[in-house]
Amino acid sequence: MLLKYFGNDKESGFVLLILAAVTLIIPLCNLIFSAGSVFYFSAYTVSLIGKYLTFALLALSLDLVWGYCGILVLGQGAFFALGGYAMGMYLMRQIGDRGVYGNPDLPDFMVFLDWKELPWYWSGFESFPFAMLMVMVVPAILAFVFGWLTFRSRVTGVYLSIISQAMTYALLLAFFRNEMGFGGNNGLTDFKDIVGFSLQSDTVRAILLMSSGLILIVAFILCRWLVKTRLGRVVTAVRDHESRVRFLGYRVEMFKLWIFVFSAILAGLAGALYVPQVGIINPSEFSPLISLEIVVWVAVGGRGTLYGAIIGAIVVNYGKTVLTGVLPEVWLFTLGAVFILVTIYMPEGLVGLWKRKIGGLNHE
Amino acid sequence: MSNTTKPLLNRYQTFNFGHTHPVIKGNVDVSHGTVLYMEDVSVSFDGFKALNNLSLYINDGELRCLIGPNGAGKTTLMDVITGKTKADSGSVYFGQTIDLQQLDEAAIAQAGICRKFQKPSVFEKLTVFENLELSLKADKGAWVTLFATLNGEQRDRIDEVLEIIGMTSLRFQLAGILSHGQKQWLEIGMLLMQDPQVMLVDEPVAGMTHQEIDRTAELLLSLQGKHSVVVVEHDMAFVRSIANKVTVLHEGSVLMEGTMDEVQNDPRVIQVYLGE
Amino acid sequence: MKYLMTHLIRFFFVILMIFNFVGITVAQEEGAEPTFSATVSELKVRSLSQKGKAIEQLVLFINPQRIVILQALLDGYLFEVRDSGQVVIAEGKDEKYTIVGAVNNNNIGLVDSSAIKKIKINNRLRSRVRSLIANIQLNSADAELRLQAVKILNKSITQDDLKTLKILAESEKDSDVLEALELIFALDDMDNSDRAIRIKGLEALKQKTSLTAVYKLQAILEKDSEGKFLEPDAEIRKHAKSALVKMQSRLNAYQVAQTVFYGLSLGAVLVLAAIGLAITFGVMGVINMAHGEMMMLGAYTTYVMQLIMPNHIGLSVILAIPAAFMVSGIVGIGIERGIIRHLYGRPLETLLATFGVSLVLQQAVRSIFSPLNRSVITPEFMSGSWQINEFLSLTWNRLYILFFCLLVFAILLQILKRTKLGLEVRAVSQNRNMAKAMGIPTDRVDAMTFGLGSGVAGVAGVALSQITNVGPNLGQAYIVDSFMVVVFGGVGNLWGTLVAGFSLGIANKVLEPYAGAVLAKILVLVFIILFIQKRPRGLFPQKGRAAES
Repeated sequence: MLLKYFGNDKESGFVLLILAAVTLIIPLCNLIFSAGSVFYFSAYTVSLIGKYLTFALLALSLDLVWGYCGILVLGQGAFFALGGYAMGMYLMRQIGDRGVYGNPDLPDFMVFLDWKELPWYWSGFESFPFAMLMVMVVPAILAFVFGWLTFRSRVTGVYLSIISQAMTYALLLAFFRNEMGFGGNNGLTDFKDIVGFSLQSDTVRAILLMSSGLILIVAFILCRWLVKTRLGRVVTAVRDHESRVRFLGYRVEMFKLWIFVFSAILAGLAGALYVPQVGIINPSEFSPLISLEIVVWVAVGGRGTLYGAIIGAIVVNYGKTVLTGVLPEVWLFTLGAVFILVTIYMPEGLVGLWKRKIGGLNHE
Repeated sequence: MSNTTKPLLNRYQTFNFGHTHPVIKGNVDVSHGTVLYMEDVSVSFDGFKALNNLSLYINDGELRCLIGPNGAGKTTLMDVITGKTKADSGSVYFGQTIDLQQLDEAAIAQAGICRKFQKPSVFEKLTVFENLELSLKADKGAWVTLFATLNGEQRDRIDEVLEIIGMTSLRFQLAGILSHGQKQWLEIGMLLMQDPQVMLVDEPVAGMTHQEIDRTAELLLSLQGKHSVVVVEHDMAFVRSIANKVTVLHEGSVLMEGTMDEVQNDPRVIQVYLGE
Repeated sequence: MKYLMTHLIRFFFVILMIFNFVGITVAQEEGAEPTFSATVSELKVRSLSQKGKAIEQLVLFINPQRIVILQALLDGYLFEVRDSGQVVIAEGKDEKYTIVGAVNNNNIGLVDSSAIKKIKINNRLRSRVRSLIANIQLNSADAELRLQAVKILNKSITQDDLKTLKILAESEKDSDVLEALELIFALDDMDNSDRAIRIKGLEALKQKTSLTAVYKLQAILEKDSEGKFLEPDAEIRKHAKSALVKMQSRLNAYQVAQTVFYGLSLGAVLVLAAIGLAITFGVMGVINMAHGEMMMLGAYTTYVMQLIMPNHIGLSVILAIPAAFMVSGIVGIGIERGIIRHLYGRPLETLLATFGVSLVLQQAVRSIFSPLNRSVITPEFMSGSWQINEFLSLTWNRLYILFFCLLVFAILLQILKRTKLGLEVRAVSQNRNMAKAMGIPTDRVDAMTFGLGSGVAGVAGVALSQITNVGPNLGQAYIVDSFMVVVFGGVGNLWGTLVAGFSLGIANKVLEPYAGAVLAKILVLVFIILFIQKRPRGLFPQKGRAAES
C-alpha cells in the first residue's frame, strides 16, 4: 500500500520501508534478545547504526540544496557541528557536579581555564526544550545570514562553494580557541545523562537510534513533499537556469535562502542526534574535509534523488568503518578514488547505475 | 554640434516624468499612449559603448521590430529594459511612473515586462507543462509557491497555451528533449503564460521551419493591441511579414525609424548593412 | 639599501661559490715570514699570560692571516696537531676534521679528532681578542667591516677604545660608520661630569636610533620610591625627555615598518601560494582543489633534494626550484590529462574530482614519507636577519621569499604576455571554440597551462619549505587562503592576485597585535566573505559581456 502511494517513485518507497524496519527492529532486538542470540545487536552496532542514520539525515540536507537547488555547499558540516555543539552544551549542563572538578555550575574545561561564571550564551542550555530549539535556531541563523549575504549579491557556483568552505574554516579556527567557551581543542565530552537517563544504558541507545530513524523518515517525507510542490519546481528551475527564473518574476534569492535555511536546520538536527551517540563534539567537525566527505556521500548515492543521498551516506560510511578497521592507510586512497571515479564515470551515482541497469533490462 | 545639445536633438518627443512610484501591479500609467520610454541611455563595457545615447519609445499595444547589424546594441537594449544590465546614464521608464532602473529583474517581470531570450532558455529538467506552470501569472513569493495548487481556470489557460504552441501532446515531455524550434515555441508559450504588458522577443524564429515561421508571425500579429511587442530579428522576410514600424539600431543608437519599405530604401541603412 | 645590495651580491656570490665548489681563499704572500709563524706557534703555550702576549705580538704583523687565526681562536677552531705541533684551523664533523695550516692556509687533509688538540683561551682573553680584531678591522678598507668593528667595540667600550674611535672619526668618510661613532660618543657624553657636554650628548641623541639610548634616557627620567627624580637636574631631564619622545616616535614608525614588512612577507607567501591558482582557476576557470598538494609536492621535493646532497644545502635548495617545478608540473599535467579533461564546463565536478586527487596525494606522501613533519634545512645565506638599526631587523629568509615572489610573478606575467603559450592561453580562456577553430591545439594548451600553474605551485612549495614544517597537511593549510586571495583579487587577473595577497598579508599582521593570530585570520576571512557581497568579482573584475555569463 505504501509502495502504491509512491507511484512511479518506487525506490523512495523501498528506502522508506527499509528505514522504518531498521528503526524498529534493531533497537527492539537489542532490548529483547540477550547477548548470545543470533538476533542480538550489540550496543556498539546500535550506536554505529544510529550514527549512520544521522549521517543519512545530513546527506539528505545537502542533497536538498545541492541536488535540487544547485548550491554546492562545502560547509554543510558547519551546521551539523553547530547543532552538535548545541546538544553538547545541554549534555555538559546535565553533568552537573559529577565532573572531575565537581563544580555544579561550570563544565570542567571552564574550571580548568579558571573561569568564574558561565558565559551568557551558555544560559538556558540546562533546559532540554531550549537546547533542542537552539539545535535548529543556531544553524538556521547562520544559514540565513550567510545565505542572505551571498545569494542577494548573486554569488553562485564555485565561488559560493569556496566561500562556504571559508565559512566553515573560519568557524573551525574560532572553535579551536579556548576563549570561545566551547572547550577549545577538546570540544565537549564526558557526557553522562540525557533528560535524566544514562547515555550508557541500552534503552537510551535504542531510543536514540529510534529517534534518529524517525526524524530521518519524517525529514525524508518532508523533503520529498517539498520538491514536489511548485516551490520545488521553481528551485529545480533555479538549479538549471537561475537567471531565467528571475525573468519569470521569481525572487530567486529568497527561494534559495529558505531552502538553505531549511537544509541547515536538518543538518543541525543530524548533529544533535549524532553527539549523544558518539559521546563527543569537537572543532574537527568544522573542518572542510568533513564537509567535503558529505558531498561524496551524496555524489556516490546519486544527487537530486533524496533517497540516493541516504543510500550514499550509509554505503560510504559502512565502507569507511570496514576499511579504517582493517587497513587505515587505504581509506583516504579509497575516498580520493571514489571522488574521482564517481564524478567522471558515475555522475548520477549508485542510483543512476541501478536505474540504467533496470532500464537496460526493460529494453531487452 | 556640441555634445550637450546633440542628445536633445536626437529626441523627437519630450515628456515630463513624474517622480518614481512604487510598483502597483496592473497599474502602469500609459495615459500618454507610450508604454516604454528610453532616453539618452548609454551603457559601456570597458570603454566599448554598447548603447550610445539611445532614445526609443514604444507605444502601448504596438508591435515594433528592431533590426541592426551585429553589435548594434539590440540585446543590450533588452538587457537594460529587463534589468539585467544597468544603464550608465539616461532614463528607462515603464509607463509614466515606473523607473525601471530602480527595479531588479524579478520586479520588472512582475510589473509586466517579459522576455524571450535569443538562446532558447527553457528548464530542461522540467516537463513542458511544468515550464508553463512556473510562468503562470500568479503570486511568486516563496511561501505562496510552497502551497500553490492550480485552479481550474489556470489549468484551462495552460491547456489553451499548449494548444496555441502546438504542444498538447508533448505536455509531459521533459523540455530538454525538445528540438530547437520546439524550445522556441515553448518559450513563446511561457511568455504568453505570463500575460505581460510588454513582450520583448529576441530572435523568435531562429531554427524554425517555414510553416513555423508563418505561425509565429501570425501569433505575434494576433498579440498586438493587447500587448506591446518588441521583436528583434535578423530574418528580414519575417520582419516584413509582421512589422508596420521598424527601428534600425546602429552602434548603440537609433539610426532611423519607419516602415519596412522606407527602411530598406534608406541609403544610411544600406550602407550600414552592406558596409559600402 | 647598501646592505641590501651587499647582501644580494653575497647571495650571488654564494651561488657562484657553490657552483664552482670553491671555498673562500684568503689571498696571501708567498712564504710566510718566519717570525710570524713563530709567533703563531707561541699561541700553543699553556700559560694564559704568555698566550696573551703572543696574541698582542701577532697583531703587530701586517699579515691578512692574523685575523683568520684570531677569529678561529675566538670561535674555537684553532687546534694544534699532536704529532707535528703545527697550529691548524680545523673544522669537522663526526670525529673527522678537515685541517688547514694556520700560517699559510694550506690544506692538510682529514684527520681524526684524537690527532689534534684545541688551543683554549679564557673569557678575559676572548674579549681582548674580540676587541683586537675590531681594532684591526677599524682600519680595514671595507666600510662594512669598520662598522662591524665599531659595533663590537661598543658592547664593552673602554676609554682606550674611545680614544681609538675618536681618532678614527676624524678620518672617517663613510656615513654609516660615522653615524655609529656619533651614537657612541653621544652615549658617552651623557655620562660625562660636565653638564654642558651632557646636554650636548642628549641633543645629539635626538637624531639617533638606539635601544641602549632609550633605556638610558628612561633611567634618567625615573623616580625613586619617594617620587623624586633620580636625576636632580631639571634641565637635563627636559632634554632627556625630549630626546626620548623623539626616539620613541621613531621607534613607533619603525614598528609600523616592521609590521608592514611582516605583512608583505606573509603576503608574499600568499601570493606565491595563490598565483598558480590564479592561472588554473583564473585563466582556465578550473577549480583545482589539489593545488595545495602541488605545493606540498614542491616542499617534499626540496626535502628529497637535501637528502640527495646533504653537504650542499644551499645548492640543494636552489636546485629544488626547477626540480619542484618539474615534479609538480608533471603531476599537474597528469591530473589534467587524466581527470580534468573529462570535466571541462562542469566546475563543481572538477572541484570534487580534484579534491579526490588531493586526498590521494596526501595519503601517498603520508605512506612514503611518514605522517610526521619533515624538516628542511635553511641554507646559510638565508638564515639570520638584516639588522637595519636597533629598532628594525628583517629576517633574510622572509626577505628572500619576498624577492622570490616578485620574481616568480614577473616571470609569469612575461610568460603570459609575451610567449606563444601565453597568447594561446589567453585565446583559449576567452573563447575556447574560436581558438580551436583558429587551429590552436586547445588540448595541448590546456595541459601546458595546467602544468604551468601546478609547476608554480611546486615552486611556491620550495619557498614554503623554508618557513614552515613540511608535512602531508602543508597544502591543506594554504588552500582556503589561496582561493580567498584569487577571489578577492578578481578572477583572471594576475595583478589582482598580487595586490590581494599583499593587502591580505598586511591586514593580517596589522590585526594580529590587537586580536591575536587566529582571530585576525578569522576577521580577514569574514572581511573577504563580506567583500565578495559588495563586489562579487573581486578587486579587479573583468568587465564586458564575456564576464556576464
